[in-house]
Amino acid sequence: MKLNDLVEELSLEVKTFKDGLENEVTGAYVSDLLSDVMGNSKKGEVWITLQTHLNIVAVAGHTGLAGVILIGGKQPQEAVIQKAESEKLTIMSTPLSAFEAAGKMYQLLK
Amino acid sequence: MALDIEKPIEGNFQIIGGEFDTAGGASSHLKSKLVELGVEEGIIRRASIATFEAEMNVIIYAAAGRLSFLITPTYIEIKIEDMGPGIEDLDQAMEEGYSTAPDWVRDMGWGAGMGLPNMKKNSDEFKIDSVVGEGTSIEMIMKLP
Repeated sequence: MKLNDLVEELSLEVKTFKDGLENEVTGAYVSDLLSDVMGNSKKGEVWITLQTHLNIVAVAGHTGLAGVILIGGKQPQEAVIQKAESEKLTIMSTPLSAFEAAGKMYQLLK
Repeated sequence: MALDIEKPIEGNFQIIGGEFDTAGGASSHLKSKLVELGVEEGIIRRASIATFEAEMNVIIYAAAGRLSFLITPTYIEIKIEDMGPGIEDLDQAMEEGYSTAPDWVRDMGWGAGMGLPNMKKNSDEFKIDSVVGEGTSIEMIMKLP
């Protein structure tokens, strides 16, 4: 499945690096703890989180994640948008909760 | 398949405590060097994560610190020295879930007590020394096959 296939299902608003929508997605990791994401998520997963600050770009980049989904309609700050564009990271925002977003993705992927 | 480089590649970085917005400078630099050299993806991921965690610890806990890396044909070495408060009980600090980070740092999603365990987990060799009131130093080695 590609990131693009999630856009409609999860009502995603794509905030950065639209080219990344072609990335293959293997699963999702839901966490707001950054070291937990680096320690336990797998390459190719999408990261579902409420964290919106600058460090999410480096966490996602170092961990090889397919993209980041911000929950509850949260928006990345301007500095985050700029950094994500330059690091080629796709950040999206969904009005859904983490539970709803992960649940929908689970249904799509299983 | 050792790396085909004529001499070791070095990197040196100053890290300033509290500067969250520039975090990841050293680890991103190391990562791009390793990508350039064609190092195996899994090793790049481990080295990047371990280095980023090390940077974050300096930023969260210390006034300042230095990070250096060395890429040789057969291993990557990462050293971090900080001017921080030091760690009283290293065994406790290495336990997953133990952290002394303040609440505002935890609100950012850091300070979950997983930084040092992540560094150890991603290294083939991991050494930590600390003196209370002086600082902490860490050495990590990732072997290249």
